[in-house]
Amino acid sequence: MDHLIPQLSIFVLACFVGYYVVWSVTPALHTPLMAVTNAISSVIIVGALIAASAAVGGSETSKWLGLLAVALASVNIFGGFAVTQRMLGMYKKKDRKVGGSK
Amino acid sequence: MHETLAATPAWVLLAYLVSGVLFILALRGLSSPETSQQGNRYGMIGMTIAVATTLIIHNVGLPLIVGAIAIGGGIGYFIAQRIKMTAMPELVAGFHSLVGMAAVLVGVAAYLNPDAFGIIDPATGEIAAVSRVEMGLGVAIGAITFSGSVIAFLKLSGRMSGAPIQLPARHVINLGLLAAILILVGYFTVDQSPWVFFTITALSFIIGFLLIIPIGGADMPVVISMLNSYSGWAAAAMGFTLNNSAMIITGALVGSSGAILSYIMCTAMNRSFISVIAGGFGGESVSGDKGAAVERPWKRGSAEDAAFIMQNAESVIIVPGYGMAVSQAQHALREMGDLLKKDGVSVKYAIHPVAGRMPGHMNVLLAEANVPYDEVFELEDINSDFAQADVAFVIGANDVTNPAAKTDKTSPIYGMPVLDVEKAKTVLFVKRSMGGVGYAGVDNDVFYMDNTMMLLADAKKMVETINKSLGH
Repeated sequence: MDHLIPQLSIFVLACFVGYYVVWSVTPALHTPLMAVTNAISSVIIVGALIAASAAVGGSETSKWLGLLAVALASVNIFGGFAVTQRMLGMYKKKDRKVGGSK
Repeated sequence: MHETLAATPAWVLLAYLVSGVLFILALRGLSSPETSQQGNRYGMIGMTIAVATTLIIHNVGLPLIVGAIAIGGGIGYFIAQRIKMTAMPELVAGFHSLVGMAAVLVGVAAYLNPDAFGIIDPATGEIAAVSRVEMGLGVAIGAITFSGSVIAFLKLSGRMSGAPIQLPARHVINLGLLAAILILVGYFTVDQSPWVFFTITALSFIIGFLLIIPIGGADMPVVISMLNSYSGWAAAAMGFTLNNSAMIITGALVGSSGAILSYIMCTAMNRSFISVIAGGFGGESVSGDKGAAVERPWKRGSAEDAAFIMQNAESVIIVPGYGMAVSQAQHALREMGDLLKKDGVSVKYAIHPVAGRMPGHMNVLLAEANVPYDEVFELEDINSDFAQADVAFVIGANDVTNPAAKTDKTSPIYGMPVLDVEKAKTVLFVKRSMGGVGYAGVDNDVFYMDNTMMLLADAKKMVETINKSLGH
Protein backbone atom coordinates (compact mmCIF):
# COMPACT_ATOMS: atom_id res chain seq x y z
CA MET A 1 0.00 0.00 0.00
CA ASP A 2 2.90 2.34 0.76
CA HIS A 3 3.85 2.35 -2.87
CA LEU A 4 0.42 3.01 -4.26
CA ILE A 5 0.24 6.74 -3.61
CA PRO A 6 3.67 7.65 -5.06
CA GLN A 7 2.90 5.39 -8.03
CA LEU A 8 -0.46 7.01 -8.53
CA SER A 9 1.15 10.46 -8.37
CA ILE A 10 3.62 9.52 -11.09
CA PHE A 11 0.83 8.02 -13.15
CA VAL A 12 -1.51 11.00 -12.94
CA LEU A 13 1.25 13.51 -13.66
CA ALA A 14 2.46 11.43 -16.59
CA CYS A 15 -1.07 11.39 -18.00
CA PHE A 16 -1.04 15.18 -17.96
CA VAL A 17 2.40 15.30 -19.57
CA GLY A 18 1.14 12.83 -22.18
CA TYR A 19 -1.91 14.96 -22.83
CA TYR A 20 0.07 18.11 -23.54
CA VAL A 21 2.89 16.42 -25.42
CA VAL A 22 0.57 14.48 -27.70
CA TRP A 23 -1.54 17.50 -28.59
CA SER A 24 1.66 19.20 -29.75
CA VAL A 25 2.41 16.36 -32.18
CA THR A 26 1.78 17.51 -35.73
CA PRO A 27 -1.06 15.53 -37.39
CA ALA A 28 1.26 14.69 -40.28
CA LEU A 29 3.24 12.52 -37.86
CA HIS A 30 0.34 10.65 -36.30
CA THR A 31 1.30 7.36 -37.91
CA PRO A 32 4.90 7.52 -36.64
CA LEU A 33 3.43 8.53 -33.27
CA MET A 34 1.47 5.29 -33.14
CA ALA A 35 4.49 3.29 -34.20
CA VAL A 36 6.76 4.84 -31.59
CA THR A 37 4.23 4.63 -28.77
CA ASN A 38 3.95 1.00 -29.73
CA ALA A 39 7.66 0.56 -29.40
CA ILE A 40 7.92 2.28 -26.04
CA SER A 41 4.93 0.48 -24.55
CA SER A 42 7.06 -2.61 -24.99
CA VAL A 43 8.93 -1.39 -21.93
CA ILE A 44 6.79 -4.16 -20.49
CA ILE A 45 9.83 -6.22 -21.40
CA VAL A 46 11.13 -5.18 -17.97
CA GLY A 47 8.47 -7.37 -16.37
CA ALA A 48 9.21 -10.13 -18.84
CA LEU A 49 12.91 -10.04 -17.98
CA ILE A 50 12.17 -10.29 -14.27
CA ALA A 51 9.96 -13.31 -14.92
CA ALA A 52 12.53 -14.92 -17.19
CA SER A 53 15.39 -14.39 -14.78
CA ALA A 54 13.53 -15.60 -11.69
CA ALA A 55 15.88 -17.51 -9.42
CA VAL A 56 15.94 -21.26 -9.32
CA GLY A 57 13.19 -22.68 -7.17
CA GLY A 58 10.62 -20.39 -8.72
CA SER A 59 8.06 -21.66 -11.16
CA GLU A 60 9.58 -23.13 -14.33
CA THR A 61 6.42 -22.23 -16.28
CA SER A 62 6.71 -18.66 -15.16
CA LYS A 63 10.26 -18.54 -16.46
CA TRP A 64 9.32 -19.81 -19.91
CA LEU A 65 6.34 -17.50 -20.10
CA GLY A 66 8.73 -14.69 -19.27
CA LEU A 67 11.10 -15.74 -22.03
CA LEU A 68 8.26 -15.85 -24.54
CA ALA A 69 7.18 -12.39 -23.42
CA VAL A 70 10.77 -11.17 -23.84
CA ALA A 71 10.75 -12.44 -27.42
CA LEU A 72 7.36 -10.86 -28.23
CA ALA A 73 8.29 -7.53 -26.70
CA SER A 74 11.60 -7.59 -28.60
CA VAL A 75 9.75 -7.95 -31.90
CA ASN A 76 7.92 -4.82 -30.96
CA ILE A 77 10.88 -2.86 -29.67
CA PHE A 78 13.14 -3.49 -32.65
CA GLY A 79 10.30 -3.45 -35.16
CA GLY A 80 8.64 -0.39 -33.68
CA PHE A 81 11.72 1.81 -33.46
CA ALA A 82 13.04 0.66 -36.84
CA VAL A 83 9.80 1.27 -38.68
CA THR A 84 9.43 4.66 -37.01
CA GLN A 85 12.95 5.59 -38.04
CA ARG A 86 12.21 4.45 -41.58
CA MET A 87 9.04 6.52 -41.77
CA LEU A 88 10.59 9.62 -40.23
CA GLY A 89 13.45 9.40 -42.69
CA MET A 90 10.96 9.87 -45.52
CA TYR A 91 9.61 13.22 -44.35
CA LYS A 92 11.52 15.79 -46.35
CA LYS A 93 11.21 19.49 -46.85
CA LYS A 94 11.09 21.26 -50.18
CA ASP A 95 14.04 23.32 -51.49
CA ARG A 96 16.85 20.82 -51.60
CA LYS A 97 16.50 18.82 -54.80
CA VAL A 98 13.10 20.07 -55.84
CA GLY A 99 10.62 18.09 -57.94
CA GLY A 100 11.33 16.81 -61.38
CA SER A 101 14.59 15.23 -60.38
CA LYS A 102 14.17 11.52 -60.01
CA MET B 1 15.74 -14.60 -1.23
CA HIS B 2 12.98 -12.03 -1.08
CA GLU B 3 13.38 -9.05 -3.30
CA THR B 4 11.27 -6.57 -1.49
CA LEU B 5 10.43 -3.34 -3.19
CA ALA B 6 12.02 -1.22 -0.51
CA ALA B 7 15.33 -2.93 -1.16
CA THR B 8 15.57 -1.66 -4.72
CA PRO B 9 18.73 0.47 -4.93
CA ALA B 10 18.26 4.16 -5.56
CA TRP B 11 20.28 4.21 -8.77
CA VAL B 12 17.87 1.66 -10.25
CA LEU B 13 14.85 3.82 -9.49
CA LEU B 14 16.67 6.79 -11.00
CA ALA B 15 17.61 4.85 -14.10
CA TYR B 16 13.97 3.92 -14.71
CA LEU B 17 12.99 7.53 -14.18
CA VAL B 18 15.57 8.62 -16.77
CA SER B 19 14.18 6.20 -19.31
CA GLY B 20 10.67 7.47 -18.58
CA VAL B 21 11.85 11.01 -19.27
CA LEU B 22 13.56 9.91 -22.49
CA PHE B 23 10.26 8.40 -23.65
CA ILE B 24 8.56 11.74 -23.03
CA LEU B 25 11.24 13.40 -25.17
CA ALA B 26 10.65 10.80 -27.87
CA LEU B 27 7.05 11.92 -28.21
CA ARG B 28 8.00 15.56 -27.83
CA GLY B 29 10.28 15.23 -30.85
CA LEU B 30 7.30 14.41 -33.03
CA SER B 31 6.03 17.98 -32.83
CA SER B 32 7.93 18.62 -36.04
CA PRO B 33 9.52 16.42 -38.69
CA GLU B 34 12.90 18.10 -38.10
CA THR B 35 13.16 17.02 -34.48
CA SER B 36 11.39 13.71 -34.89
CA GLN B 37 14.36 11.51 -35.69
CA GLN B 38 16.27 12.79 -32.67
CA GLY B 39 13.15 12.02 -30.61
CA ASN B 40 13.10 8.47 -31.86
CA ARG B 41 16.73 8.09 -30.84
CA TYR B 42 15.86 9.27 -27.32
CA GLY B 43 13.23 6.55 -27.27
CA MET B 44 15.79 3.91 -28.20
CA ILE B 45 18.21 5.13 -25.54
CA GLY B 46 15.42 5.07 -22.97
CA MET B 47 14.57 1.49 -23.85
CA THR B 48 18.22 0.45 -23.71
CA ILE B 49 18.58 1.97 -20.24
CA ALA B 50 15.44 0.23 -18.98
CA VAL B 51 16.52 -3.17 -20.32
CA ALA B 52 20.14 -2.84 -19.20
CA THR B 53 19.13 -1.78 -15.69
CA THR B 54 16.81 -4.75 -15.34
CA LEU B 55 19.46 -7.14 -16.60
CA ILE B 56 22.06 -5.80 -14.19
CA ILE B 57 19.97 -6.08 -11.04
CA HIS B 58 18.54 -9.51 -11.75
CA ASN B 59 20.82 -12.46 -12.07
CA VAL B 60 19.83 -13.66 -15.45
CA GLY B 61 20.45 -16.80 -17.40
CA LEU B 62 21.93 -14.55 -20.03
CA PRO B 63 22.19 -16.94 -22.99
CA LEU B 64 18.46 -17.72 -23.00
CA ILE B 65 17.46 -14.09 -22.64
CA VAL B 66 19.89 -12.87 -25.25
CA GLY B 67 18.57 -15.61 -27.51
CA ALA B 68 14.97 -14.51 -26.98
CA ILE B 69 15.85 -10.87 -27.63
CA ALA B 70 17.88 -11.77 -30.71
CA ILE B 71 15.13 -13.89 -32.22
CA GLY B 72 12.34 -11.42 -31.44
CA GLY B 73 14.41 -8.40 -32.33
CA GLY B 74 15.60 -9.97 -35.56
CA ILE B 75 12.07 -10.75 -36.65
CA GLY B 76 10.88 -7.27 -35.70
CA TYR B 77 13.73 -5.54 -37.50
CA PHE B 78 13.26 -7.66 -40.60
CA ILE B 79 9.53 -6.90 -40.75
CA ALA B 80 10.16 -3.20 -40.17
CA GLN B 81 12.56 -3.03 -43.13
CA ARG B 82 10.37 -5.00 -45.48
CA ILE B 83 6.87 -3.77 -44.72
CA LYS B 84 5.17 -1.68 -47.39
CA MET B 85 4.06 1.73 -46.24
CA THR B 86 0.52 0.99 -47.39
CA ALA B 87 0.48 -1.94 -44.95
CA MET B 88 1.33 0.26 -41.96
CA PRO B 89 -2.14 0.05 -40.36
CA GLU B 90 -2.08 -3.73 -40.11
CA LEU B 91 1.53 -3.67 -38.96
CA VAL B 92 0.65 -1.35 -36.11
CA ALA B 93 -2.35 -3.50 -35.20
CA GLY B 94 -0.13 -6.57 -35.23
CA PHE B 95 2.42 -4.88 -32.99
CA HIS B 96 -0.34 -3.84 -30.57
CA SER B 97 -1.38 -7.45 -30.25
CA LEU B 98 2.16 -8.38 -29.21
CA VAL B 99 2.22 -5.77 -26.46
CA GLY B 100 -1.11 -7.12 -25.24
CA MET B 101 0.13 -10.70 -25.27
CA ALA B 102 3.38 -9.75 -23.52
CA ALA B 103 1.34 -8.04 -20.78
CA VAL B 104 -0.78 -11.16 -20.33
CA LEU B 105 2.29 -13.39 -20.16
CA VAL B 106 3.99 -11.13 -17.63
CA GLY B 107 0.81 -11.06 -15.56
CA VAL B 108 0.53 -14.85 -15.58
CA ALA B 109 4.23 -15.22 -14.77
CA ALA B 110 3.82 -12.81 -11.85
CA TYR B 111 0.81 -14.78 -10.63
CA LEU B 112 2.71 -18.06 -10.79
CA ASN B 113 5.88 -16.70 -9.25
CA PRO B 114 4.93 -13.67 -7.13
CA ASP B 115 8.09 -13.98 -5.07
CA ALA B 116 10.29 -12.96 -7.98
CA PHE B 117 8.22 -9.83 -8.49
CA GLY B 118 8.32 -8.83 -4.84
CA ILE B 119 4.56 -8.66 -4.53
CA ILE B 120 4.12 -11.01 -1.59
CA ASP B 121 2.48 -9.52 1.45
CA PRO B 122 4.80 -10.58 4.32
CA ALA B 123 1.89 -10.65 6.77
CA THR B 124 -0.14 -13.31 4.94
CA GLY B 125 2.37 -14.94 2.60
CA GLU B 126 -0.10 -14.39 -0.22
CA ILE B 127 -0.02 -11.88 -3.06
CA ALA B 128 -0.72 -8.40 -1.71
CA ALA B 129 -4.30 -7.28 -2.32
CA VAL B 130 -3.32 -4.11 -4.17
CA SER B 131 -1.07 -6.11 -6.46
CA ARG B 132 -3.92 -8.50 -7.19
CA VAL B 133 -6.11 -5.66 -8.45
CA GLU B 134 -3.24 -4.29 -10.55
CA MET B 135 -2.44 -7.72 -11.94
CA GLY B 136 -6.07 -8.51 -12.65
CA LEU B 137 -6.58 -5.24 -14.49
CA GLY B 138 -3.26 -5.52 -16.31
CA VAL B 139 -4.01 -9.00 -17.56
CA ALA B 140 -7.56 -8.05 -18.51
CA ILE B 141 -6.49 -4.98 -20.50
CA GLY B 142 -3.63 -6.92 -22.06
CA ALA B 143 -5.93 -9.71 -23.16
CA ILE B 144 -8.46 -7.27 -24.63
CA THR B 145 -5.64 -5.50 -26.47
CA PHE B 146 -4.41 -8.82 -27.82
CA SER B 147 -7.62 -10.29 -29.16
CA GLY B 148 -8.95 -6.93 -30.32
CA SER B 149 -5.75 -6.19 -32.21
CA VAL B 150 -5.70 -9.59 -33.82
CA ILE B 151 -9.18 -8.96 -35.24
CA ALA B 152 -8.16 -5.44 -36.30
CA PHE B 153 -5.07 -6.92 -37.98
CA LEU B 154 -7.14 -9.52 -39.83
CA LYS B 155 -9.63 -6.91 -41.00
CA LEU B 156 -7.00 -4.36 -42.05
CA SER B 157 -4.90 -6.87 -43.94
CA GLY B 158 -7.96 -8.15 -45.78
CA ARG B 159 -7.69 -11.64 -44.30
CA MET B 160 -11.11 -11.06 -42.82
CA SER B 161 -13.97 -9.10 -44.32
CA GLY B 162 -13.92 -5.45 -43.27
CA ALA B 163 -17.70 -5.50 -43.09
CA PRO B 164 -19.12 -5.34 -39.60
CA ILE B 165 -20.28 -8.68 -38.24
CA GLN B 166 -23.14 -8.17 -35.85
CA LEU B 167 -24.23 -10.67 -33.29
CA PRO B 168 -27.72 -10.33 -31.93
CA ALA B 169 -27.82 -8.97 -28.38
CA ARG B 170 -24.11 -8.16 -28.56
CA HIS B 171 -24.44 -5.10 -26.36
CA VAL B 172 -25.99 -7.18 -23.59
CA ILE B 173 -23.30 -9.85 -23.97
CA ASN B 174 -20.49 -7.29 -23.93
CA LEU B 175 -21.81 -5.39 -20.94
CA GLY B 176 -22.39 -8.65 -19.11
CA LEU B 177 -18.85 -9.80 -19.81
CA LEU B 178 -17.41 -6.47 -18.74
CA ALA B 179 -19.37 -6.58 -15.49
CA ALA B 180 -18.25 -10.17 -14.88
CA ILE B 181 -14.59 -9.19 -15.39
CA LEU B 182 -14.83 -6.26 -12.97
CA ILE B 183 -16.62 -8.35 -10.34
CA LEU B 184 -14.03 -11.09 -10.65
CA VAL B 185 -11.17 -8.59 -10.28
CA GLY B 186 -12.86 -7.44 -7.09
CA TYR B 187 -13.33 -11.02 -5.90
CA PHE B 188 -9.69 -11.76 -6.74
CA THR B 189 -8.64 -9.57 -3.80
CA VAL B 190 -10.23 -11.99 -1.34
CA ASP B 191 -9.65 -15.25 -3.18
CA GLN B 192 -6.46 -15.71 -5.14
CA SER B 193 -7.31 -19.15 -6.55
CA PRO B 194 -6.21 -19.87 -10.08
CA TRP B 195 -9.75 -20.20 -11.43
CA VAL B 196 -10.50 -16.56 -10.62
CA PHE B 197 -7.32 -15.31 -12.27
CA PHE B 198 -7.64 -17.43 -15.38
CA THR B 199 -11.35 -16.76 -15.79
CA ILE B 200 -10.56 -13.04 -15.81
CA THR B 201 -7.96 -13.71 -18.50
CA ALA B 202 -10.26 -15.87 -20.62
CA LEU B 203 -13.25 -13.53 -20.43
CA SER B 204 -11.00 -10.63 -21.42
CA PHE B 205 -9.78 -12.45 -24.50
CA ILE B 206 -13.40 -13.05 -25.46
CA ILE B 207 -14.58 -9.50 -24.92
CA GLY B 208 -11.69 -8.07 -26.96
CA PHE B 209 -12.71 -10.30 -29.83
CA LEU B 210 -16.41 -9.41 -29.53
CA LEU B 211 -15.70 -5.68 -29.27
CA ILE B 212 -13.87 -5.37 -32.58
CA ILE B 213 -15.78 -7.91 -34.66
CA PRO B 214 -18.81 -5.63 -35.25
CA ILE B 215 -16.76 -2.56 -36.25
CA GLY B 216 -16.54 -1.73 -39.95
CA GLY B 217 -13.35 -1.09 -41.92
CA ALA B 218 -13.78 2.67 -42.15
CA ASP B 219 -13.98 3.04 -38.38
CA MET B 220 -10.57 1.43 -38.11
CA PRO B 221 -8.75 4.74 -37.45
CA VAL B 222 -10.68 4.96 -34.19
CA VAL B 223 -10.23 1.28 -33.32
CA ILE B 224 -6.52 1.25 -33.95
CA SER B 225 -6.06 4.41 -31.83
CA MET B 226 -8.16 2.87 -29.08
CA LEU B 227 -6.09 -0.32 -29.07
CA ASN B 228 -2.98 1.85 -28.99
CA SER B 229 -4.38 3.43 -25.87
CA TYR B 230 -5.19 0.05 -24.28
CA SER B 231 -1.69 -1.25 -24.87
CA GLY B 232 -0.51 1.75 -22.84
CA TRP B 233 -2.92 1.15 -19.97
CA ALA B 234 -1.86 -2.50 -19.87
CA ALA B 235 1.79 -1.46 -19.55
CA ALA B 236 0.87 1.06 -16.84
CA ALA B 237 -1.06 -1.54 -14.83
CA MET B 238 1.95 -3.86 -14.98
CA GLY B 239 4.15 -0.94 -13.96
CA PHE B 240 2.07 -0.55 -10.79
CA THR B 241 2.49 -4.26 -10.05
CA LEU B 242 6.25 -4.08 -10.52
CA ASN B 243 6.58 -0.65 -8.94
CA ASN B 244 8.44 0.47 -12.02
CA SER B 245 8.26 4.17 -12.85
CA ALA B 246 9.46 3.71 -16.44
CA MET B 247 6.50 1.44 -17.12
CA ILE B 248 4.03 3.69 -15.32
CA ILE B 249 5.20 6.81 -17.16
CA THR B 250 5.28 5.05 -20.51
CA GLY B 251 1.89 3.47 -19.96
CA ALA B 252 0.37 6.82 -19.11
CA LEU B 253 1.97 8.47 -22.16
CA VAL B 254 0.87 5.78 -24.57
CA GLY B 255 -2.54 5.53 -22.98
CA SER B 256 -3.24 9.24 -23.30
CA SER B 257 -1.72 9.36 -26.76
CA GLY B 258 -4.09 6.68 -28.03
CA ALA B 259 -7.02 8.29 -26.27
CA ILE B 260 -6.30 11.66 -27.87
CA LEU B 261 -5.93 10.11 -31.32
CA SER B 262 -9.27 8.30 -30.85
CA TYR B 263 -10.83 11.60 -29.89
CA ILE B 264 -9.37 13.38 -32.93
CA MET B 265 -10.61 10.61 -35.23
CA CYS B 266 -14.10 10.65 -33.71
CA THR B 267 -14.34 14.44 -34.07
CA ALA B 268 -13.21 14.17 -37.68
CA MET B 269 -16.09 11.78 -38.36
CA ASN B 270 -18.52 13.63 -36.11
CA ARG B 271 -19.24 10.37 -34.36
CA SER B 272 -19.27 9.74 -30.67
CA PHE B 273 -16.78 7.27 -29.31
CA ILE B 274 -19.63 5.16 -27.94
CA SER B 275 -21.31 4.88 -31.33
CA VAL B 276 -18.07 3.75 -32.95
CA ILE B 277 -17.51 1.12 -30.28
CA ALA B 278 -21.14 0.06 -30.50
CA GLY B 279 -20.19 -0.70 -34.08
CA GLY B 280 -22.08 -1.56 -37.21
CA PHE B 281 -21.40 1.60 -39.22
CA GLY B 282 -20.80 0.93 -42.91
CA GLY B 283 -22.99 -2.13 -42.99
CA GLU B 284 -25.79 -2.82 -45.40
CA SER B 285 -28.32 -1.41 -42.97
CA VAL B 286 -27.57 2.22 -43.77
CA SER B 287 -27.58 1.97 -47.55
CA GLY B 288 -31.37 1.95 -47.90
CA ASP B 289 -31.94 5.49 -49.17
CA LYS B 290 -29.47 5.78 -52.01
CA GLY B 291 -31.74 4.49 -54.79
CA ALA B 292 -33.20 7.85 -55.77
CA ALA B 293 -29.96 9.44 -56.87
CA VAL B 294 -28.66 6.83 -59.28
CA GLU B 295 -30.24 8.32 -62.41
CA ARG B 296 -28.70 11.78 -62.21
CA PRO B 297 -26.51 12.87 -65.15
CA TRP B 298 -22.78 13.13 -64.72
CA LYS B 299 -19.81 13.88 -66.96
CA ARG B 300 -17.06 11.47 -67.74
CA GLY B 301 -13.62 12.73 -68.62
CA SER B 302 -10.49 11.16 -70.04
CA ALA B 303 -6.94 11.34 -68.79
CA GLU B 304 -6.11 13.70 -71.67
CA ASP B 305 -8.89 16.07 -70.63
CA ALA B 306 -7.66 16.01 -67.07
CA ALA B 307 -4.07 16.67 -68.14
CA PHE B 308 -5.17 19.56 -70.32
CA ILE B 309 -7.26 21.16 -67.59
CA MET B 310 -4.53 20.86 -64.97
CA GLN B 311 -1.78 22.10 -67.27
CA ASN B 312 -3.74 25.25 -67.87
CA ALA B 313 -4.59 25.77 -64.23
CA GLU B 314 -2.73 28.02 -61.86
CA SER B 315 -3.36 25.97 -58.77
CA VAL B 316 -4.27 22.35 -58.16
CA ILE B 317 -5.21 20.86 -54.80
CA ILE B 318 -4.89 17.09 -54.58
CA VAL B 319 -7.20 15.27 -52.17
CA PRO B 320 -6.02 11.71 -51.54
CA GLY B 321 -8.01 9.01 -49.73
CA TYR B 322 -7.92 5.35 -48.92
CA GLY B 323 -8.37 4.47 -52.61
CA MET B 324 -4.95 5.97 -53.33
CA ALA B 325 -3.41 3.65 -50.76
CA VAL B 326 -5.24 0.62 -52.14
CA SER B 327 -3.99 1.17 -55.67
CA GLN B 328 -0.52 2.35 -54.51
CA ALA B 329 -0.90 5.51 -56.58
CA GLN B 330 1.24 7.77 -54.37
CA HIS B 331 4.41 7.58 -56.52
CA ALA B 332 2.55 8.25 -59.76
CA LEU B 333 0.75 11.08 -58.00
CA ARG B 334 4.00 12.69 -56.91
CA GLU B 335 5.25 12.46 -60.49
CA MET B 336 2.09 14.18 -61.64
CA GLY B 337 2.74 16.92 -59.09
CA ASP B 338 6.30 17.33 -60.36
CA LEU B 339 5.20 17.54 -63.99
CA LEU B 340 2.59 20.16 -63.12
CA LYS B 341 5.07 22.17 -61.09
CA LYS B 342 7.41 22.20 -64.08
CA ASP B 343 4.61 23.86 -66.00
CA GLY B 344 4.36 26.49 -63.31
CA VAL B 345 1.24 25.13 -61.65
CA SER B 346 1.03 25.41 -57.87
CA VAL B 347 0.37 22.00 -56.33
CA LYS B 348 -0.82 21.33 -52.78
CA TYR B 349 -2.19 18.32 -50.99
CA ALA B 350 -5.20 18.40 -48.66
CA ILE B 351 -5.51 15.69 -46.03
CA HIS B 352 -8.66 14.90 -44.13
CA PRO B 353 -7.92 13.53 -40.64
CA VAL B 354 -9.72 10.24 -41.29
CA ALA B 355 -8.47 9.68 -44.83
CA GLY B 356 -7.06 6.17 -44.88
CA ARG B 357 -7.17 3.53 -42.23
CA MET B 358 -5.15 5.11 -39.45
CA PRO B 359 -4.26 8.59 -38.22
CA GLY B 360 -1.70 10.20 -40.52
CA HIS B 361 -1.87 7.34 -43.05
CA MET B 362 -1.92 9.63 -46.11
CA ASN B 363 0.96 11.76 -44.85
CA VAL B 364 3.21 8.74 -44.56
CA LEU B 365 2.36 7.52 -48.05
CA LEU B 366 3.02 10.95 -49.57
CA ALA B 367 6.26 11.21 -47.63
CA GLU B 368 7.23 7.79 -48.96
CA ALA B 369 6.67 9.09 -52.48
CA ASN B 370 8.98 12.05 -51.71
CA VAL B 371 6.27 14.66 -51.55
CA PRO B 372 7.79 17.45 -49.40
CA TYR B 373 5.80 17.72 -46.19
CA ASP B 374 5.41 21.46 -46.53
CA GLU B 375 3.18 20.91 -49.57
CA VAL B 376 0.82 18.77 -47.50
CA PHE B 377 -1.88 20.54 -45.49
CA GLU B 378 -4.42 19.61 -42.88
CA LEU B 379 -8.11 20.24 -43.39
CA GLU B 380 -8.42 23.43 -41.38
CA ASP B 381 -5.32 24.97 -42.97
CA ILE B 382 -6.35 24.44 -46.56
CA ASN B 383 -10.12 24.39 -46.66
CA SER B 384 -10.43 28.08 -47.45
CA ASP B 385 -8.06 27.67 -50.42
CA PHE B 386 -10.48 25.55 -52.47
CA ALA B 387 -12.52 28.65 -53.40
CA GLN B 388 -9.44 30.11 -55.13
CA ALA B 389 -8.20 26.85 -56.59
CA ASP B 390 -8.63 26.05 -60.27
CA VAL B 391 -8.70 22.30 -59.83
CA ALA B 392 -9.49 19.96 -56.96
CA PHE B 393 -8.10 16.55 -57.86
CA VAL B 394 -9.85 13.95 -55.68
CA ILE B 395 -8.23 10.55 -55.76
CA GLY B 396 -9.61 7.64 -53.78
CA ALA B 397 -11.52 9.81 -51.34
CA ASN B 398 -15.26 10.20 -51.25
CA ASP B 399 -17.17 10.85 -48.04
CA VAL B 400 -14.61 13.37 -46.81
CA THR B 401 -15.58 15.59 -49.78
CA ASN B 402 -19.34 15.17 -49.52
CA PRO B 403 -21.11 18.53 -49.16
CA ALA B 404 -24.16 16.73 -47.76
CA ALA B 405 -22.26 16.68 -44.47
CA LYS B 406 -22.75 20.46 -44.37
CA THR B 407 -26.28 20.79 -45.67
CA ASP B 408 -28.33 17.59 -45.41
CA LYS B 409 -29.48 16.98 -41.87
CA THR B 410 -30.80 13.53 -42.77
CA SER B 411 -27.44 12.33 -44.07
CA PRO B 412 -25.62 9.80 -41.90
CA ILE B 413 -22.48 11.88 -42.22
CA TYR B 414 -24.16 15.21 -41.37
CA GLY B 415 -21.91 17.36 -39.22
CA MET B 416 -18.68 15.67 -40.23
CA PRO B 417 -16.05 18.25 -41.22
CA VAL B 418 -15.42 17.89 -44.97
CA LEU B 419 -13.07 19.31 -47.58
CA ASP B 420 -14.84 21.95 -49.67
CA VAL B 421 -13.77 20.54 -53.04
CA GLU B 422 -17.00 21.67 -54.71
CA LYS B 423 -15.82 25.29 -54.40
CA ALA B 424 -12.93 24.76 -56.80
CA LYS B 425 -13.47 25.87 -60.42
CA THR B 426 -13.15 22.29 -61.63
CA VAL B 427 -13.33 19.05 -59.71
CA LEU B 428 -11.56 16.03 -61.15
CA PHE B 429 -12.80 12.96 -59.33
CA VAL B 430 -10.82 9.75 -59.75
CA LYS B 431 -12.99 6.79 -58.85
CA ARG B 432 -13.11 3.15 -59.77
CA SER B 433 -16.74 3.20 -60.95
CA MET B 434 -19.94 5.14 -60.46
CA GLY B 435 -21.52 2.21 -58.67
CA GLY B 436 -19.61 2.18 -55.45
CA VAL B 437 -20.44 4.63 -52.74
CA GLY B 438 -18.22 5.56 -49.83
CA TYR B 439 -18.16 3.67 -46.58
CA ALA B 440 -21.11 5.62 -45.24
CA GLY B 441 -23.26 4.35 -48.11
CA VAL B 442 -24.30 7.85 -49.13
CA ASP B 443 -24.29 9.41 -52.58
CA ASN B 444 -22.04 12.39 -53.19
CA ASP B 445 -23.51 15.46 -54.92
CA VAL B 446 -20.08 16.42 -56.15
CA PHE B 447 -20.29 13.66 -58.80
CA TYR B 448 -23.18 15.38 -60.53
CA MET B 449 -22.04 18.98 -60.54
CA ASP B 450 -21.52 20.83 -63.82
CA ASN B 451 -17.91 21.55 -63.00
CA THR B 452 -17.09 17.97 -62.04
CA MET B 453 -15.43 15.53 -64.36
CA MET B 454 -15.44 11.89 -63.31
CA LEU B 455 -12.28 9.96 -64.17
CA LEU B 456 -13.36 6.37 -63.85
CA ALA B 457 -10.42 3.98 -63.58
CA ASP B 458 -8.00 2.45 -61.15
CA ALA B 459 -6.34 5.38 -59.40
CA LYS B 460 -2.78 4.45 -60.27
CA LYS B 461 -3.51 3.68 -63.94
CA MET B 462 -5.44 6.91 -64.32
CA VAL B 463 -2.63 9.02 -62.87
CA GLU B 464 -0.03 7.23 -64.98
CA THR B 465 -2.06 7.93 -68.12
CA ILE B 466 -2.42 11.57 -67.09
CA ASN B 467 1.36 11.73 -66.60
CA LYS B 468 1.90 10.46 -70.15
CA SER B 469 -0.28 13.25 -71.50
CA LEU B 470 1.48 15.80 -69.32
CA GLY B 471 4.83 14.51 -70.51
CA HIS B 472 4.57 15.87 -74.05
